[in-house]
Amino acid sequence: MKWGNDLSTFVEKFRQYLKPGYYDEFDYHWTMTIDLDRCTGCEACVVACQAENNLPIVGEKRYAQNREIKWIRIERYWEGEYPDVKMGFIPMLCQHCDAAPCEIACPVFATYHNQDGLNTQIYNRCIGTRTCAVYCPYEVRYFNWFTYTWDEPLEQQLNPDVTVREKGVMEKCTFCIQRIRLAKDNAKDDDRRRVRDGEVVPACVQSCPTEAMAFGDSNDPEAKVSKMMKNPRGYTVLEELNTTPSIVYLKKAHAES
Amino acid sequence: MFDHGQPSYAEVNKDILSVMLETGPRYWMLLGTTMSVAVIFFFMPWFYQLIVGVGAAGMSRNAYWGTYLSNFIFWIGLSHSGTLLSAILHITNSPWRKSVYRSAEAMTLFSLMTAALFVMVHLGRVWFVHWSFPIPNQMGLWPNFRSPLMFDVMAITTYLTASSIFIYMGSVPDFAAVRDASTGTRRRLYTIFSFGWRGTAREWHTLGWAYTFFAVFVIPLAVSVHSIVSWDFALSIVPGLHHTIFAPYFVCGAIYSGTAGIVTVMYCLRKFLNFERYIGQVHLDNLGKLLLALSLIWSYINMLELFSSWYGGSSFELEALKFKLTGFYAPLYWEMILFCAFVPLLMFFRKFRWSWNKMLLISILINIGMLTERFIIVATSQPRKFLPNAFGFYFPSWIEISITIGSFAIFATMFLIFIKWVPAISIYEVKETLKPLRRDA
Repeated sequence: MKWGNDLSTFVEKFRQYLKPGYYDEFDYHWTMTIDLDRCTGCEACVVACQAENNLPIVGEKRYAQNREIKWIRIERYWEGEYPDVKMGFIPMLCQHCDAAPCEIACPVFATYHNQDGLNTQIYNRCIGTRTCAVYCPYEVRYFNWFTYTWDEPLEQQLNPDVTVREKGVMEKCTFCIQRIRLAKDNAKDDDRRRVRDGEVVPACVQSCPTEAMAFGDSNDPEAKVSKMMKNPRGYTVLEELNTTPSIVYLKKAHAES
Repeated sequence: MFDHGQPSYAEVNKDILSVMLETGPRYWMLLGTTMSVAVIFFFMPWFYQLIVGVGAAGMSRNAYWGTYLSNFIFWIGLSHSGTLLSAILHITNSPWRKSVYRSAEAMTLFSLMTAALFVMVHLGRVWFVHWSFPIPNQMGLWPNFRSPLMFDVMAITTYLTASSIFIYMGSVPDFAAVRDASTGTRRRLYTIFSFGWRGTAREWHTLGWAYTFFAVFVIPLAVSVHSIVSWDFALSIVPGLHHTIFAPYFVCGAIYSGTAGIVTVMYCLRKFLNFERYIGQVHLDNLGKLLLALSLIWSYINMLELFSSWYGGSSFELEALKFKLTGFYAPLYWEMILFCAFVPLLMFFRKFRWSWNKMLLISILINIGMLTERFIIVATSQPRKFLPNAFGFYFPSWIEISITIGSFAIFATMFLIFIKWVPAISIYEVKETLKPLRRDA
């Protein structure tokens, strides 16, 4: 009897999925573009992220042990020999891959793909096997090796919309999911079905002085990101691994010699 | 079969049971030492780590997996030979198995338990470890069955259960022998343990049938367990870990180190429990030949791994390969090659295969080599992944080293307790190998 009930609800649910328009509510694919030609490597995004997402300051000693937590970081690369040296930099954050290597790794589903195409991390579910971090080719997952605290009065500046993580938990860039949620709620309050382009701005995008970054829904052909993605300079990092990242970088243009 | 003349049935019982029934001060001292080493080196540092966080260990962004995981693989590997070997030799009817298998299976059980402990030590929030089991809950949340770690949980619990049943089933007639030889509480206890075994023909028939069934059941299980452990690594895309050869590589390495472990344990049993009569030249010789064959397979697979990394030609793989062969841990790598590929070649000579002392040395060297092999897998591939920005270096902290030492003490403690509770050599199966006695003997 019970089994029959379960089956009928299942069938009902499945029928709902088939209805046209059902997916509209979920039909986002949050995407970011980063124009390396505009990026000056000022690290404003790094600081903004630190403030927005309650990232701990790990201190000098733990920084030296390579245990810092920076959801977005600026990687520096040098090319050539002195004096003919060129330096390049690239902001690296969670790529929110569509075929994410980290997602299959977690035994408890602490990391999974949500309907918006985000690669989410559930801190409360994480048991700290750290497998996701090993599997991640971009090395953008950060582990809470200790429980970090904020000295008074710094705990007053914590963002109330974001949890503070305890020891033994993995964390990473969420594309500022709290802002995405807020925008969706606002859209619902205004009786709009979808979030408008430019309504969601992650902290890093907001803080970029040269507007090198753009964020939006790439399923919307009119959105700024969709247009930026079509730029012939666009590429994704470690494309050969076929992780299909949601972040498109625009190559730095060089003068033809 | 027997180096010092054939014992009578009564002598077999007496020899083997005396280990259980008579306990000298040397045993208590040894047990006390291993237990305190286990507490001081394993549990106290672990307790500290639980309070502070996993950061107490040396892992960082360079390597999220460290010695805890490499030790986990080592202990799982050590567990591999016991039950597997016992089962294979049982269905192929090899008589020399009979005095070896009980302790070999016990080794399986205890190293599996030690390995499981390392998973606990490795976890960031071990107090939520039950989430990795499919326990029905009001949230309707299930574990992720796509995860290789989930496969691991399933494989190891299955293997642990199956090999516990296997060893228990094989010991039932021996528990009955203990019951018959003892008095008081012990007698009552072993009456329960032996399920009221009387030794009727029907009981022997059922035992034989069930035992063979389990032997067949356990073999594919043992192969699958270490394949699955290897998938923890091989299913990642990390250069140096993402090899299809990993499953056979791990299985072979596991049986290899496990067999070497059996030689070590045999030596100790012979030496300290006076089992010279039952563990003789023929066992050593056969184990030596097996070890030799396994070492050749292991060397071949190792060459294959290097070759496929090099032949693949991906710059990531080449970088990881270069770090492994010439980087900071290169001395460890070449030490492993020496101990696991070259030293075992000595066993081509009968002089080495027939000498207990030489075989003990070789078996210990092999296991040192295999311990470093697991460490190298973990420590040389992760710091050389894809982005040069995260290139780094991993070195274990004192807590990790201490816990590694303590794990050996835990294993020894469990083994010491085991020999007082279960006959360390199968009494009834040793009797099967004796020539029929004359009526007047």
